[in-house]
Amino acid sequence: MKKILLSAVAAVALCSSAFADTVKVGVVGPFSGPFAIQGKNFKAGIDAYMALNGSKVGDDDIEIIYRDLPQADPAQSKALAQELVVKEGVQYLAGFYFTPDAMAVTPLLEQANVPLVIMNAATSAIVTKSPYVVRTSFTLWQTSAPMAKVAKERGVKKVITVVSDYGPGVDSEAAFTTTFKAEGGEIVDSIRMPLSTNDFSPIMQRVKDSGADAVFAFLPSGPTTLGFVKSYNDNGLKGAGIQLLAPGDLTQESDLPALGDSALGMLTTFHYAISHDSPENKTFVEAARKAIGNPAELSFPSVGAYDGMHVIYKMIEATGGEQNAQKAVDAVKGMAWESPRGPVSIDGETRHITQNIYLREVAKADDGTYYNKEIATFEKQGDPGLAAAK
Amino acid sequence: MQTVFSVGTDALAYGMVLFVISIGLSVTMGLMRVVNLAHGAFAMIGGYIASYATQILGLGYGVAILLAVVGTILIAIPIERFLFRRIYGAPELTQVLMTIGLTFCVIGIANYVFGPTLKTIPLPETLRGPVDLGFRSIAAHKLFAIACGIVVAGALWVLIDKTSFGVKLRASVDNAAMAASLGVRTKIVYAVSSAVAVGLAAFGGIVGAELLPIEPYYALRYMVTFLVVVSVGGAGSIPGALVACLVLGAIDTTGRYLVPEYGEFFFYLAVIAIVCVFPNGILGRRS
Repeated sequence: MKKILLSAVAAVALCSSAFADTVKVGVVGPFSGPFAIQGKNFKAGIDAYMALNGSKVGDDDIEIIYRDLPQADPAQSKALAQELVVKEGVQYLAGFYFTPDAMAVTPLLEQANVPLVIMNAATSAIVTKSPYVVRTSFTLWQTSAPMAKVAKERGVKKVITVVSDYGPGVDSEAAFTTTFKAEGGEIVDSIRMPLSTNDFSPIMQRVKDSGADAVFAFLPSGPTTLGFVKSYNDNGLKGAGIQLLAPGDLTQESDLPALGDSALGMLTTFHYAISHDSPENKTFVEAARKAIGNPAELSFPSVGAYDGMHVIYKMIEATGGEQNAQKAVDAVKGMAWESPRGPVSIDGETRHITQNIYLREVAKADDGTYYNKEIATFEKQGDPGLAAAK
Repeated sequence: MQTVFSVGTDALAYGMVLFVISIGLSVTMGLMRVVNLAHGAFAMIGGYIASYATQILGLGYGVAILLAVVGTILIAIPIERFLFRRIYGAPELTQVLMTIGLTFCVIGIANYVFGPTLKTIPLPETLRGPVDLGFRSIAAHKLFAIACGIVVAGALWVLIDKTSFGVKLRASVDNAAMAASLGVRTKIVYAVSSAVAVGLAAFGGIVGAELLPIEPYYALRYMVTFLVVVSVGGAGSIPGALVACLVLGAIDTTGRYLVPEYGEFFFYLAVIAIVCVFPNGILGRRS
């Protein structure tokens, strides 16, 4: 009996030493439930990166371990992260679609000696919670503030803001309001509507009554945007010439076929459009479409995941596969590369991604499909939200 | 004054959409005494079939509605035969558990077959875009929804209160054993009413799709709203459901116009108040 046990222990020990040069990356995201499409995009971005760049860094094999977190649930998020670090022995944590989930994990990082690469969660403050957080997505401040400049340039004087009443909505409202006022514009009213709103007609009536030239709106991407944009058309706001301005969440590519004609001509500012014209993006879209299966489901979280993997590969290269969070994070500070979305870099101080923000218009392609057409570029935008918070 | 009219029109339209979607549930819960949490799932199936028929098969809107209603009923027949028939008269908890389980299955299947993206049902040219009412413009499909609500309410009232089938249905519900001994074939009555309820769910899913878009989580997302309408109106009462929808639609719409930041506060406040005063719903029968 003792012998068997001993040999079993020896076998396990041998095995683990044989796998010692496998670096594990734990990815937490919504892979089932109402937000499954965003998790699918995480996976597509990661798969695309590994298909194009191999699954090895130096001699180290990279293994991705996925954990499903269907809805924003900080307690569960923390539990999953703990399990990944303790049981699976991951050297890196990545993913995270919702801000509260990412926030819940930040207190673990220092003790666990694990860097966290955020592939979506878009509230400015997350990067300040731990020195081991790096973000490759965007913030709502980053994508909303340039829209205020666009409005000013286009001669809009009075704007009403309409946002969903939750963290990102409030962030978006603050970003637009602050920037637009600084540009000398006037905000005539600010409406915050509950997330569960499905009939937007009364809101549109408020917009009409306010006498604004344009409406700035933010809603989370998904079913509600469809109702909102349709309502904007049906209540004659489009006909009355009240311009609809929004960050790109409202016209994410996977929602565009449903939005169709009603979104035509809508202006949005965002960090990434699948139509972005560059060789890097062409390669990425081809690989990511193959990874996701249904090309119509590809959307912006995939590029955050793709660039997140790029950062993680760089970290593994710099540490030679050893677990050293500080060294890994230091290695990517100031790192610059050509992403599918355009030139990007990791800010040395905030560890947030500096990137171009594009002004896009929803247009119809020759084959009858709709896409976000980039018409202007705001180069090298940092995150104004962090400055505003200080 | 113009704003008052405007908000009033919105309230009427929203209330009617609610009515068309919820009335099938009122029939199942009030007349058949089944707490059917799978109602939203049937509405969603109708929506998916209509979307598939218009987008992929290229059929017209009217044909798609017909196909979706019939298709959903066909899907529901085996479900009624093998699952629902076991829970008629069962304790409510059993009914809730079985129907919610069914809902999760439908969500999973819809997600697998159609994917997680939004599906639309393109409207015919005549229902697209705004219609000018003089004092404001309103979406043509909302007028269509209002008309559908009126037609459905009238047809159901005639069916349940004026036809011999209605008499048999009410008899079977009140005392199945007695009705059966008097020669009413209760199983058939139940099967037909269940088919009508499912058909109404599918119809509501399609007509309401502009406000409540079709996606896999549709089945759960709007379930609370449907249940609220039924409990406020009184289960099984067609006029009750109509009044409930109009009152709740008016309160919700006005609240959203005046103080959107309060969210659904006024909606639920009204629900609490009404249920306190009328525990069986506005026009519900005492049980």
